[in-house]
Amino acid sequence: MQLTNRSKQVSNKEMTLAEKMYLPAVIGGLAITIRHFFRKKPTIQYPEVKKYLGPIYRGHHVLKRDEQGRERCTACGLCAVACPAEAISMVAAERKKGEESLYREEKYAAVYEINMLRCIFCGLCEEACPKQAVYLRHDRMVPVFQERDEVIYGKDRLVEKMDDRYVRIASSEVQATPTEPSLTRAAT
Amino acid sequence: MDLTILSAKGIIILAVFGITLLIAMYSTYAERKVAAFLQDRIGPNRAGPWGLLQPVADAGKMFFKEDFIPSQASKWLFILGPCLAILTALMSSAVIPFGDTIRFSWDSKNYEVAVQAIEINIGVLYIFGVVSLGVYGIMVGGWASNNKFSLLGAIRAASQNISYEIALGLSLIAILMMTGSLSLRAIIDEQASFFEWNVFTQPLGFIIFLTCAFAECNRTPFDLPECETELVGGYHTEYSSMKLGFYLFSEYINMFVSSAFISALYFGGFHYPFMDLVGGALENSLGAVAGHNVATLIGVVVFFAKIFFFIFFFMWVRWTLPRFRYDQLMNLGWKTFIPLSILNVVITGAGLLFNFKYSTWLIAIVMIVLAVMSSARAPKRTVVPQQTV
Repeated sequence: MQLTNRSKQVSNKEMTLAEKMYLPAVIGGLAITIRHFFRKKPTIQYPEVKKYLGPIYRGHHVLKRDEQGRERCTACGLCAVACPAEAISMVAAERKKGEESLYREEKYAAVYEINMLRCIFCGLCEEACPKQAVYLRHDRMVPVFQERDEVIYGKDRLVEKMDDRYVRIASSEVQATPTEPSLTRAAT
Repeated sequence: MDLTILSAKGIIILAVFGITLLIAMYSTYAERKVAAFLQDRIGPNRAGPWGLLQPVADAGKMFFKEDFIPSQASKWLFILGPCLAILTALMSSAVIPFGDTIRFSWDSKNYEVAVQAIEINIGVLYIFGVVSLGVYGIMVGGWASNNKFSLLGAIRAASQNISYEIALGLSLIAILMMTGSLSLRAIIDEQASFFEWNVFTQPLGFIIFLTCAFAECNRTPFDLPECETELVGGYHTEYSSMKLGFYLFSEYINMFVSSAFISALYFGGFHYPFMDLVGGALENSLGAVAGHNVATLIGVVVFFAKIFFFIFFFMWVRWTLPRFRYDQLMNLGWKTFIPLSILNVVITGAGLLFNFKYSTWLIAIVMIVLAVMSSARAPKRTVVPQQTV
C-alpha cells in the first residue's frame, strides 16, 4: 500500500557511461554540500539563548492567588485525583477567623506538595482544578535539582508571590524570551 | 656535513615534525567543524573560543581512558600495530619540500638551506615505500586483536591498499616520465609556470591519483576497513585509550601528507602565478638575502594554503559521498583505474615523442564525448505516475 507520494521508483537499468564514471554525480553532490556549508545555521545556543516555547508550554507549577491576594486553592483534591503520576498530595484545613484575607474560601490547603521527580508535566491538574488555582507556567521551567530532598516542592515554592504574579498571555503579545523575568512582570 | 647546515637541518626537521603533529591535531577539530557546517550544525564550540581547545580536551580524554588489551589478543603485536601506524605516518613527511631555500650567513660564510627535512633524489619512491609500510600497522593491529571484525577490517585495508597502490603508482609514472626525476623538488621545479602545473598537463592522472589517495588514506568513500555500519569499528574495534588515538592520529597525518603530496605533484608545490615577479620585486627592495627569504616564506604559505584546501577537500568528500560497496571498490580499482592509468602512460609517452605535454587531454575529451553520447542514447527515464491512496 502506498502511504505517501514521495516514494521513488527504483530500477535496475544499466548505467550510462557518464553514470559509471561517477564524476558528474560526485560533483553534483559536492555542490549540494558546499551550499549547506555557507547556509545560516538554525542552531539555538541553548543555555545562552532560549526559545519562546508558546503560551501553552507546561512548566513550573504555580498556586494562584486571586485579585485580592487570597489563595484560591480549597484543597478539594481533584488535582491529586487527576494526577496520573500521583505527584500531588495535600492536607486540608479550615479557615479561622481573621484569615479571610489569606484564603478565599472556608477551606484551604495547609500543606500542598508536588513531587517534581514524579510529575510528568501533563497539565491534567490544571484541567481538573475547579477553582483555577493550579497552573503550569508557560514561562518558567522547574530548575535542575541534584539532591533528593530538593524534589518535593511545598507551598513555599508553589504559591504565587505577590510581586511575581503569573498571567498567561497570548502568543501574539510575546516579544522577549520568556525566561527573562522582565517579561512576566510586564505582562501582569 | 657542515655543523651549521646540520643544525639548520635539525631545526627544519623538528619544525616539520611539530607542524605535522599540530596540523594532524587540528585536523580532528577541522573535521568536526566541517562536518557540522556541511550538515547545517555549528560543531564544537564549548572548549575555548570557537572550540579551539577541543583537540586538547580530546587528547586529555584519550589519555585517561582505560588502556585495555583483550586477554586472547597477541599482546606485543597488539601494541606494535598502532606504533607502526603512527611511525610510518610520521616518517613520510620527511621528504616533502615545503618551500624554496633559505639564505643566511653564519661565521662569515653564506649558506643556502632548502626548506625540506631531507633532500633525496628518490623522494617519490621513499614516500611510496613508507606509505605501503603503513598498511602493516593496520594489518598487524587488526590481526592481533583476535576479533573477527578487526580481522575483516584489516584484510580489507590490506587488499584495498595493495589494489590502489598500483593505480597510484601508474598514474604517477606519467609525471615521472615528463620530469625525468624521482626527486619531489625536481618535480615541483618543473611546474614553475602556471599552465605547466601537472593538473593541467595530466588531468586524468590527477583524478586517478586523487581517488587512489582517498583509498590509501582509508577515507570515505573508501573507508571500508573501519566502516562502523558493518564492522563495528573495523581494525580498531578492540582498541582504546591512546592506542586508538594513535590510529586516528595516523589517519589524519596520512591525510596531511597525501594533501602535501598532491599539491606538490599536481599543483606546483610552493609555486604560484607571477612568482618570479614577486620574488624579483622583493629581492630588489629588500636585498638578495632578506628578499629571497621573504619570497620563500610566501611560497611556504602558498604551499600550506594548497595543503589546507586538500585537507578540506578530503573532509568535504567524506561528508558528501556514501561508502562504496566492496565489489564496487575492487571493480573501480582493477577494472577502471589500472587500465586507464596504463593508457594515460602510453598517451603521455606518445605526446612526449613530439614534445607535446598536453596529450592526455585527448583521453579526457574522448571520455567526455563517449559519456555524452551514451547518455544521449540511453532510454529516457520514464516517470511512472503514482496514484495516491
